[in-house]
Amino acid sequence: MQTTPSPFTFCGGIHPSYNKELSSGSPIRELPLPARLVVPLSQHLGAPAKPVVKVGDTVTAGQLIAEQNGFISAPVHAPACGKVSAIDETLTASGRPCAAITIETDGSQEWHLLPTFPDWQNADRKELIAHIGAAGIVGMGGAGFPTRVKLSPPADKPIDTVILNGAECEPYLTSDHRMMLEFAHEIRTGAEIIRHILGAKTMRIAIEDNKPDAISAMEKAFASIGGDVAVTVLHTSYPQGSEKQQIYSVTGREVPRGGLPMDVGCVVENVSTAFAVCDAVVHGRPLVRRVIAVTGDAIQQPSNLLAPCGTLYSDLVAACGGLRGKVAKVISGGPMMGFAVGSLAIPTGKTASGLLLLSTGKVSCYTSQACISCGRCVDACPMRLSPSELSQCIEADDIESASQIALMDCIECGSCAFVCPARRPLVHHMRRGKAIVMAQRSAAKK
Amino acid sequence: MKPESPSDLYIVSSSPHTHSGESVERIMLDVVIALVPAFLAACWFFRLDALRLTVACVVTCLLTEWLCRKAMKRASSLSDLSAVVTGLLLAFNLPPALPLWMAVAGSVFAIAIAKQVFGGLGYNPFNPALAGRAFMLISFTGAMTTWSQSAWMRKLAGTATEALTTATPLGYAKEALKAGQPMPVFETGLISDFFLGNMNGCIGETSALALLIGAAYLLYRKVISWHIPVAYLLSVAVYAAVLHIVSPATSIPPLFHVLSGGLILGAFFMATDMVTSPVTKRGMLVFGVGCGVITMLIRTVKTGAYPEGVSFAILIMNAFTPLINRATRNRVFGSKKKA
Repeated sequence: MQTTPSPFTFCGGIHPSYNKELSSGSPIRELPLPARLVVPLSQHLGAPAKPVVKVGDTVTAGQLIAEQNGFISAPVHAPACGKVSAIDETLTASGRPCAAITIETDGSQEWHLLPTFPDWQNADRKELIAHIGAAGIVGMGGAGFPTRVKLSPPADKPIDTVILNGAECEPYLTSDHRMMLEFAHEIRTGAEIIRHILGAKTMRIAIEDNKPDAISAMEKAFASIGGDVAVTVLHTSYPQGSEKQQIYSVTGREVPRGGLPMDVGCVVENVSTAFAVCDAVVHGRPLVRRVIAVTGDAIQQPSNLLAPCGTLYSDLVAACGGLRGKVAKVISGGPMMGFAVGSLAIPTGKTASGLLLLSTGKVSCYTSQACISCGRCVDACPMRLSPSELSQCIEADDIESASQIALMDCIECGSCAFVCPARRPLVHHMRRGKAIVMAQRSAAKK
Repeated sequence: MKPESPSDLYIVSSSPHTHSGESVERIMLDVVIALVPAFLAACWFFRLDALRLTVACVVTCLLTEWLCRKAMKRASSLSDLSAVVTGLLLAFNLPPALPLWMAVAGSVFAIAIAKQVFGGLGYNPFNPALAGRAFMLISFTGAMTTWSQSAWMRKLAGTATEALTTATPLGYAKEALKAGQPMPVFETGLISDFFLGNMNGCIGETSALALLIGAAYLLYRKVISWHIPVAYLLSVAVYAAVLHIVSPATSIPPLFHVLSGGLILGAFFMATDMVTSPVTKRGMLVFGVGCGVITMLIRTVKTGAYPEGVSFAILIMNAFTPLINRATRNRVFGSKKKA
């Protein structure tokens, strides 16, 4: 076991103000159980889960309330004991409405646990994968890709390297950081389970060098582990936490365009996902709660809260002493890729790593000034695209030209817009262009 | 779900929600700041001529910008300071004795025709100041190539003919070479005169020292990168060095080329104009080398009448910028590496 600086660093990237000190020193605290939970049935990438309970049913914490509905999908479990009061729609952070099950909690501490695998080292890999799927575990870094699918690569794509993603490159967010400090042992167990399932020889724990305490916590936790395991210290540069960029920084391998990490023998799992894997395999607890950083300059007490999935933002805000001053933006996630939401009546989900409350002074406005071709976006783009050119094609509704210059490779990290002196809403243009291409593709299929 | 009260509504927009704080205004302000040393040097060497030309160009550019935006019924763009930059750069490219009305006419052309007709800042294919200067060179050829005598020429008085005392160093050398005379021998002390700016030329182009101080500021502020200026200066120096090694008697030494005829001003302040130069680093290198080669072609082809070349080289390369951008796109992450 050793710690090494990352041998590579991706091209491009930016250095925003991180503002992590607002909440990085606050130990994780458990949110007092809210009276009502609104549990979205789409907390993951893919098809929404299908409800298996009815209005009026009494549910126990950990009980399955909606089943996996298709290959790319994940089941949803009750985060707490209570009574189902409604099965209808809620608004989610992405702005899309989503089916949701509302539970009026009753404060009972009972848990409905899944079977456990105390002897997971000798357990069948397929059984473990099925168990992780049944526990509703999805990538908790943001994308919400079902972990079960990620852990079952086809036979012709052997995985030799597992990368544990502890970069947390988004400004303000501190939930993964606190997890690494406070749950290092569980993260290690989860990571070992993942490595065991994939049969990977190598494991790297990737952390940015602005979190030295997390680096030493991980060093300690992984010290006794055998084999090719090391903490890889990344330069602090946004977006080091992005899967493709991180694989490159750690291994020097480039995921081919349109490909997946498994194409270069890698699987990247977020540290919180590793924790969830341990919780499910060792303790039999499905993924129903997570740590969320509630932070920003417009909240009284920035905190890291362990909250059930389905907690309304207003309950999180109340648990942090309420709002401070005039709030301009409420952001689900970080300031680079998070979603701005219009109200606090929105529930958290498995992928909600942060709730950011910013005052007017901290919020940047973007306007469509003309591009002055300064080329800063070209230098900042970690995918090596030409955001200036792409945005001008999309503004001119020339989606075909934009596609030809790799529009679909955009990861929407926001580095281009961050550096644009003309403050062009570049990511907005990319999203619009990509949405048009996706619509054209699905129309062509029909 | 409905929001409980209007105060429960927040700004919703696409990510990112934070910004570096950089702005077009700040970039233009930096360019203006970087031009201050050259302006002071111009005032030192050319006295009131520098002041009157600079004021005339800047004021005319601002007025023209304001009028054009008014006429086009578009929001005023005075605050982005780009018109100030154009005014300063155009003035710096004018000979000291130029009649004011010509400077005014050039400024109107630079802003109205070379910039606003295309839609304003960001849409102009050519550097507005250089387009203005090209317009003036063609329209007022005599006045644009008349140079008042500076200390430099007085030093040469012993060797030079009367007609040549009102030439720039490059013009003087080119005429001598065209007439079949050997390359005039310059005293070594002249190089320091060149460096400080004590020579004939356009008001803002003569002091390499002042320009380099401004350039260092732009590099420090990351408004420009080294790629275009270094590629430009190096290609001129290498081109000149090769010629000079092959035939020392009939060519101008490399250092002379680099320090004279607006090359420093052009390489750091005009070839680097963001709107009209490439966006990729590789593209910038191509652009810089292109500027260097064309500058040297104009300067050294003996059948040509024009001794300078920087303005036209940059304007020609401006035309190639879209093509260079297209040809030098970065390799997209994850695409196959070229063998």
